[in-house]
Amino acid sequence: MHISPVLWQFLIKWLHASALFPAEASTIAPYMDALYFFLLLLTVIGLILVGSLIFGFSLRYRRSRNPVATQVEGSTLMEATWTIIPLALFLVCFVWGALLYFRIYNPPANSMNIYIVGKQWMWKAEHPGGQHEINSLHVPIGRPIQLTMISQDVFHSFSIPDFRVKREVIPGRYTTVWFNATDPGTYHLFCTQYCGTQHSGMIGEVTAMTPEDYEKWTQQSTSGMSLAQNGERLFASMGCNACHNGTATARGPNLAGVYGSKLTLTNGSQVLVNEAYLRDAILNPSQHVTAGYAPIMPTYQGQISEDGLIDLVEYIKTLQTNYRVQQTQVTSQSNQAAPVTPEMVKP
Amino acid sequence: MSTHAVPLDTIVLLPDQATATIPKKNYITAEHGLLSWLLTGDHKRIAMLYLISITFFFFIGGAFAGMIRLELLTPQPDLVSSDTYNKFFTMHGIIMIFLFLVPSVPATLGNFLMPIMLGAKDLAFPKINLLSWYLYLVGGALTLAALILGGVDTGWTFTTPLSTHYLNTHVITAGMAIFVAGFSSIFTGLNFIVTIHRMRAPGMTWFRMPLFCWSHYAASILMVLGTPVLAITLVLVVLERTVGIGVFDPTKGGDPLLFQHLFWFYSHPAVYIMILPGMGVISEVISTFSRKRVFGYTAVAFSSVAIALFGFFVWAHHMFIMGVSNYSALVFSLLTMLVAVPSAIKIFNWAFTLHKGSITFETPMLYAFGFMGLFTIGGLTGVFLGSLGMDIHLTETYFIVAHFHFVMVGGMLMAFLAGVHFWWPKMTGRMYPESLSKLAAVTTFIGFNLTFLPQFILGYLGMPRRYHAYPQEFQVLNVLSTAGATVLGIGYMLPLLYLGWSLKYGAIAGDNPWQATGLEWQIQSPPLTENFTEIPIVDYEAYDYEWLEKKQKEQVTTVG
Repeated sequence: MHISPVLWQFLIKWLHASALFPAEASTIAPYMDALYFFLLLLTVIGLILVGSLIFGFSLRYRRSRNPVATQVEGSTLMEATWTIIPLALFLVCFVWGALLYFRIYNPPANSMNIYIVGKQWMWKAEHPGGQHEINSLHVPIGRPIQLTMISQDVFHSFSIPDFRVKREVIPGRYTTVWFNATDPGTYHLFCTQYCGTQHSGMIGEVTAMTPEDYEKWTQQSTSGMSLAQNGERLFASMGCNACHNGTATARGPNLAGVYGSKLTLTNGSQVLVNEAYLRDAILNPSQHVTAGYAPIMPTYQGQISEDGLIDLVEYIKTLQTNYRVQQTQVTSQSNQAAPVTPEMVKP
Repeated sequence: MSTHAVPLDTIVLLPDQATATIPKKNYITAEHGLLSWLLTGDHKRIAMLYLISITFFFFIGGAFAGMIRLELLTPQPDLVSSDTYNKFFTMHGIIMIFLFLVPSVPATLGNFLMPIMLGAKDLAFPKINLLSWYLYLVGGALTLAALILGGVDTGWTFTTPLSTHYLNTHVITAGMAIFVAGFSSIFTGLNFIVTIHRMRAPGMTWFRMPLFCWSHYAASILMVLGTPVLAITLVLVVLERTVGIGVFDPTKGGDPLLFQHLFWFYSHPAVYIMILPGMGVISEVISTFSRKRVFGYTAVAFSSVAIALFGFFVWAHHMFIMGVSNYSALVFSLLTMLVAVPSAIKIFNWAFTLHKGSITFETPMLYAFGFMGLFTIGGLTGVFLGSLGMDIHLTETYFIVAHFHFVMVGGMLMAFLAGVHFWWPKMTGRMYPESLSKLAAVTTFIGFNLTFLPQFILGYLGMPRRYHAYPQEFQVLNVLSTAGATVLGIGYMLPLLYLGWSLKYGAIAGDNPWQATGLEWQIQSPPLTENFTEIPIVDYEAYDYEWLEKKQKEQVTTVG
């Protein structure tokens, strides 16, 4: 058969530009691929087995060769064999898969946290230094990165195939995933949960960089304010410091050092204060009243964006003393009261 | 009649065409006029009404599939707008699942055959049976209404809060369509359960029933217990949309994940509602064309029940990446592995039914072989997805799309076509053209593999499902898939044409062209309205080919 050289060139180029196997660009990818090849092997063996049984018996026992069938009732031994062997193999798949799952969904303690907010139809990444990006994510290689993700509207799903990680991004709830990128480069970022009209446009690029390049990038892209600093400003402007100021007469609980501690609520239950709890306590305060305090805090549902909540959470996480809280409170009160404060008169 | 005339590569035994006639009195000629069909209580006529309606919807759903594949020929979103594309895959899913796959085998072949196989004159509730067809029509009409008014773009999964708060399409109409169609399925299931319990002929014990009845019994349990959950879930979606009751809305204290728990509580068992009746067909076909009792009858019967039972407790495997507790994911993954075992048992039992058989390769057998191969791939790729860690990478990609099409289309549709060809002579009294139908079976098999095998690779590459546009490097595989879909389309058009042709020109089949053992083959084709002139007394086991041979010899001696 003769193929024209032009067509041949075209075909070669076309196949060359197409992908058949994704890059392995994270530490977890080789583990995922190992399980994949095991499962693939299992499938191929199973298929060959079933195929050769069908073809073999069809040839050997076709009517022209075997005109009269021999009736057989069955065989408990054989049936037990093909119950137990598949069961054992499936259990291996179960254990192997479970180990991988727990590994992907339990971030190491020393990982760097980046927040992701999904909305129709874009991804917003917020780095701890206050760098914001839309539909792109810059990460350093060689260290675990944890993503804390939330959706502002519908279900989305954050997928980086070359890292073999994916997690649903859910409205009203933080979900997390982590990875450790190994090779610098750019990788696809997809939304994999159908989310409306522009679902297939909710894509982006993950750029993995050497730590030095990442350092350079953070310095060039900073807005000058970290998430916690944004949060501090928001904390003051929303008037949170009126009650949460750590003074003896404060109507709200002291927030300094509250992150990571165990709180007792008025209903007697104990909770661990994490990001999700802080977010919930701001949005639905009446359901999270700390023991000893009156349920007087109004809900902030619909008044703060998910970005704002992330800022506040990050701020509360870093809050170690109430010094600056009281400072801002004094400043804001003094601004309203009088231009000159008594302290300034003293000397 | 003697078997000497039969050539050795076939079991087909047709009466002498020169003298043979279709029996003058049968269920088709019993009454005349459109009303006699529309008001019939005869399970066979209702089955034919269902067959016509689901074929209609199959080709509408298929047209949408064609449009999807056409759009995906190029990476750019250039054929239709994104909203239109989203409506295509939503309508494809809704029509194919609720209006084709769920009723496909049970409402057509099941309706036609269950009473005859059990030795009864009709189903337990003929009027409810007719009502079920009308409910199906109402559901179908509402779906068409939603389609004509502008379509729905929620995806067939109706995920909240997208479906409740963010889309401005005909979600309520489509939801109501599925609600109503669901009741048609509940009634069918109810009818089967009662018929099996109460109306078996004397001597037809549970373990003398054909495996077709066992698998329908298992599927009926799922229909009756699962479908109401879907119905209520859809009502909640409608209430959330209209009056905002806030069950799924986090800002009102609802839980958006709750919807998915409820939805998959039905929709996972629904997969077994679809596949189990198909497995029943395969048992009948494999046994008949290898002239042998199904290997390990009891194991195959109980594996159907086991699938129905376990099928209810695996729903959360659709939600492994959705932030459910890691430990609950562990339990659901384990249960998912367990539900795979009965399917493996069935495949091996069918394969060993061939052992020491006397095998011929008529069209239904080719489709059955296709089923076994494709269902093996579909089942084993399900183990990929049941394996927790692997699911993270594969879920919501084309791997999932390929997997469930292997089970639903490669499995169920192959089984449906096997069954339609197998019982066509019984239903119409005429044979389909053998060589043309073999060609169709092979075309379908090749087209199917070409369409869906590339999608496994696309899935591992990470191409998300429901994407209107995709990165350039995925194009080659998508072109292959679209090419395959074209072949597949031809494979599905062929039976429509030649089966229609055979209604008038097909060879006259006689009572038992396959020399099969089921009660349905011991009566005339097409059957009388009352099926049996007198209720049969069953004194032989299922798939007893020696009994059949003896009976035929006796007939020869008495007649001759």
